[in-house]
Amino acid sequence: MTVQTAPTQFSQVTPPQLEDLPYKDYDPEVTRQMMGFIKPYGTKILISVFYMMLSSLAAVVGPYLLQIAIDDGISVGNLVTLRNIALLFLLAQGIQWFFNYIRVKMMAEVGQSIIYDIRAAIFKHLQELSLSFFSRYSAGRITARMMSDVSVLRDFVTWTLLAVARDIFTLGGIVGTMLLMNVQLSLLTFAVLPIMAVMTFAFRRRARDNYRRARMAISWVNSVLAENINGVRVVQSFSREDTNYAYFRDVVNGYNLKANLKAARLSSIFFPTVDFLGTLAMAVVIYVGGSALLGERLTAGVLTAFVLYIGRFFDPIRDLSMRYDGFLSATASADRILGLINAPVEVQDKPGAGELPPIKGEVRFENVSFHYSDDDTLVLQDINLHVQPGETVAFVGKTGAGKTTMIKLLARFHDPTSGRILIDGHDIAQYTQHSLRSQMGIVLQDPFLFSGTVRENIRFGRLEATDAEVEAAAAAVGADEFIRSLRLGYETPVEEGGAVLSVGQRQLISFARALLADPRILILDEATSSIDTHTENIIQQALARLLQGRTAFVIAHRLSTIINADRIVVIQNGRIVEQGRHQELLEKGGVYQRLYAMRFQEEE
Amino acid sequence: MKSIKRLSILLKPYRLRILAIALMLLTLTTIDMIFPAIIRQVIDIGVVGGQSHYTALAAGILLGMGLFKSLISFGNRYNSEWLAHTVAYDLRNQLYNHIQRLSFSYHDHTASGQLISRVIEDVRSLQNFTGQGFIELTRVVVLMIGIIFILITTNPLLAVISLLPLIPLTLMNTAFGRRMGKMFLAVDQTLGELNSRLQENVNGVQVVRAFAREAFEIERFKAVNQELYKKQIRVVQEMARVMPTSSLLVGLSTLLILWFGGNMVINGQITLGELVAFNSYVLMLSGPAQQLSWLINAAGETSAGLQRTFEVLDQQSEIRSPAQPVFLPKLRGEVRFENVSFRYRNEKKDALHDINLTVQPNQIVALVGPTGSGKTSIVNLIPRFYDVTSGAVKIDGVDVRQLDLKTLRSQIGIVLQTSLLFSATIRENIAYGRPNASMEEIIAAAKAAQAHEFIMEMSKGYDTVVGERGVTLSGGQRQRVAIARAILMDPRILILDDSTSSVDTQTEHLIQEALRRLMKGRTTFVIAQRLSTVRQADLIVVLDHGRIVQQGTHAELLQQPGLYRQIYDLQLRDQERFQEEMEQLQAQELKKVNR
Repeated sequence: MTVQTAPTQFSQVTPPQLEDLPYKDYDPEVTRQMMGFIKPYGTKILISVFYMMLSSLAAVVGPYLLQIAIDDGISVGNLVTLRNIALLFLLAQGIQWFFNYIRVKMMAEVGQSIIYDIRAAIFKHLQELSLSFFSRYSAGRITARMMSDVSVLRDFVTWTLLAVARDIFTLGGIVGTMLLMNVQLSLLTFAVLPIMAVMTFAFRRRARDNYRRARMAISWVNSVLAENINGVRVVQSFSREDTNYAYFRDVVNGYNLKANLKAARLSSIFFPTVDFLGTLAMAVVIYVGGSALLGERLTAGVLTAFVLYIGRFFDPIRDLSMRYDGFLSATASADRILGLINAPVEVQDKPGAGELPPIKGEVRFENVSFHYSDDDTLVLQDINLHVQPGETVAFVGKTGAGKTTMIKLLARFHDPTSGRILIDGHDIAQYTQHSLRSQMGIVLQDPFLFSGTVRENIRFGRLEATDAEVEAAAAAVGADEFIRSLRLGYETPVEEGGAVLSVGQRQLISFARALLADPRILILDEATSSIDTHTENIIQQALARLLQGRTAFVIAHRLSTIINADRIVVIQNGRIVEQGRHQELLEKGGVYQRLYAMRFQEEE
Repeated sequence: MKSIKRLSILLKPYRLRILAIALMLLTLTTIDMIFPAIIRQVIDIGVVGGQSHYTALAAGILLGMGLFKSLISFGNRYNSEWLAHTVAYDLRNQLYNHIQRLSFSYHDHTASGQLISRVIEDVRSLQNFTGQGFIELTRVVVLMIGIIFILITTNPLLAVISLLPLIPLTLMNTAFGRRMGKMFLAVDQTLGELNSRLQENVNGVQVVRAFAREAFEIERFKAVNQELYKKQIRVVQEMARVMPTSSLLVGLSTLLILWFGGNMVINGQITLGELVAFNSYVLMLSGPAQQLSWLINAAGETSAGLQRTFEVLDQQSEIRSPAQPVFLPKLRGEVRFENVSFRYRNEKKDALHDINLTVQPNQIVALVGPTGSGKTSIVNLIPRFYDVTSGAVKIDGVDVRQLDLKTLRSQIGIVLQTSLLFSATIRENIAYGRPNASMEEIIAAAKAAQAHEFIMEMSKGYDTVVGERGVTLSGGQRQRVAIARAILMDPRILILDDSTSSVDTQTEHLIQEALRRLMKGRTTFVIAQRLSTVRQADLIVVLDHGRIVQQGTHAELLQQPGLYRQIYDLQLRDQERFQEEMEQLQAQELKKVNR
């Protein structure tokens, strides 16, 4: 399907493309893998189908009983037959009620359980995936998988699967019963069935495209609207109100209106037409049956039953055509979910990998080279570095030089392409990631805090720490003072992303978190954002406290950090080009001095 | 009540169409009620009475009415959908336009996420309700009244008997609807928790990995997942109870008609046709009896949504151009604060207190002070993002409150640390303040902002789409595009923030260079973090707790004890040290050369 490109103010931005809603053809592999999730509940599903059959047939039999009651009971004044049929009718209703009840309950459990399993599986897999995965696959997409795709699947399992069974049983039951009552008249009535079926399926195909276009249009409207509200201060700063309004009204919202009206037109034609086909069938039954054209006069009971059955014809046909769409979109969702679940885990524990024993903190890079799996360019080349326990190493270099990669390899977010990294002489690739990282502290540039209290966030560093230990850690980095001044002290909730706290305060909390973990090796990506004077002062002291007595690797931005480092390692184009102390390197007049000069120049 | 009045204003342009829809609806419902009567005649006169020519007539009438009904039904459906979408279109436009013009104060106090979802949800609920709910509700009510009337006039006793099961049906579904509403709310809440748990885990993935807390996270997720499972099961179990019971009650109606009605037919109290018609009518009622509560709930939700929507539309922006604005299309750029005090809405303390400041055209003013000292508040008053609480801000001698807002703002350029770009091409983002700028002008602006080079490295150059659906730019790149955006506007007054976050030394250098070019020849207010900026400034204004505590040049202020010296010692000295060492080095180099 192609999407018309609307003329836009923002010329290049067209309505969102359909990439996220592919209606792919049926893929047996997807079904096979999804069956893995469904299998544990196979028996329950089969039983439910059986229940469904019983209740559908009990529903279909109703008009037939009515026919007998009218023709053999009421018309001939036979009260006994009428009573018996009435009782039978009651029984059919009872059966229908009972089996529907237990079936819906059973399938609800099945559907929810499957979805529970899938969500758990996705989440568990997310915990194993390498960090590089998350830079490719945005949080928004992951959420879409977990929320909307999983919901599509749930509805499919809970409702659609069995509805198909019901539709087939109902349709079969109606056709069978009608034939039983009057073959010729039934066949005549069935003449409208193929027309209905063809029309319905043709309609569904076109309607599907229309509705998808309408859905896309509204999501476009919503995203433009959201962007304008989020950026309202910029909008007003640039006096863009009139331009933006015209664009929204005429292009975005207008496109949505058009798309919706197009969808409405089609369905407005379709439903009345189908309705008419039903009336046509009824007229045929009355005319042919009533005028005895086929040699046999229609009884009042048969006429009544036929009228009721014709009224029920269309539902299963329409449902079946809708189910097919449901099936397709469920497959598409399943496909995307599996894409996530099957995403390869780059860094895996070796089979039988042991626990890394408690370390002292001696680190050695041996001929380490690295490139990413999807790009052959070497990011690090032949790195050799030997760091003594307790040493503070500052990495310096331009963006993209390879500083961050060094750190990522050490924390084993990636494995080196060649060479080894040894801690206390142990090759880290031979041990479990968990045992490695639990002895390592990592403080990131953007100090991410989880929703929860300040205390919980600090405790994230060591889950079994006591309250006193948490507070001691906070005090050690100088965070205790401001935490106590918060409304609820340590129990103050932190919003997602830590919005109520300043950047500096969040950094201090992340320092406390790292200090509480008391790692032998500390990795620190220093933040560059500006911080107010008071906090900056505290942070510099906290840093000194944090680095003390452990092996530390710092991607340094503060001059004080660089100058205080035991060793500065200058990285350029993936190689170590210089090593030494600040003064030594400055006097050497090499890369370091030039990097330094660049910062200096702008001060002029 | 008030919202109904407002709604009627919204609907007024379409009143003829609404009238047409109502008429068509009435016709349709009438036809629906005639059908069982025809069947009844067919049975009584044609089948039982043996007048076969009558059935042919009936079939003909049925067909004709069916055709007529389909035509009307088409008109009715299309027009109600048209109405719904058009009203939603209008309302969405109004909201969009209104919200974007509301003042900063309003937006400060309104969570944007909530505002967005309110607009989206409330308009959608109105659209669905006008399109389907309202029509359906009217149809249901007309149908119920009509059918009950027909049934009672046919046979009051049988009418009462057969309608008996519909009473618990209605009551049960009403209660069900209410309970379901609460349950769905609970499910939504848990779903929201699940979502934020996931989001957080993904956004904080580095921390989770860094502390090896995967198992802990899995447990936390499991707890919410289980909670959701339980709540959803509860919803479906409720459905399992109510849905089959509903159809059982409808079946009971048929049973009662069959048994009591059958007896009445045998006793000659009613005809067989009437019995069959009775059954058809009751079946026609059963749907509406189940729907009624849902529809009433939907009506309630829609009206609550409308009320919220109108609340937003009723908000007035206090920042508007005056009735007789002064137009200053070419500002000189003299800015004067006269006894300005300012307090944010709902705050207890003044953000600015008795500020007096005169800035000559083309001067560079550096604002320095701790977080919360009032730097941002000062600059926000110049483009009138907020109005002063007392005193006046004057540009070229005219109070900003007397100026035409658009002319004023179009001559003020703003570059902040976190630069928001829109989902559009880079070209369109640069031209944001001047949509009609030529490509040459855009490129020139990008070059001046040191952005041209990285833009050209992108596969589509200036046509690269950035933002949510496009390429993600780094912080430094975004900032340079924002600088180009401001350069292109060629503002007389410039407001900026010289801090660069999360960029490497080289990029920082480029950005500072771009900012320096931007400041030339304009009145500039800089929220300053850097030594280079304060040194360059013609005037440094030191703020503390909303007051100006010191003013002067860098050299002057360093001489005196005070806040400026403290800030310098802590923050700026670091930068100074770079310089000194470099000077030493250069001196050494010089010596070498001289030797």
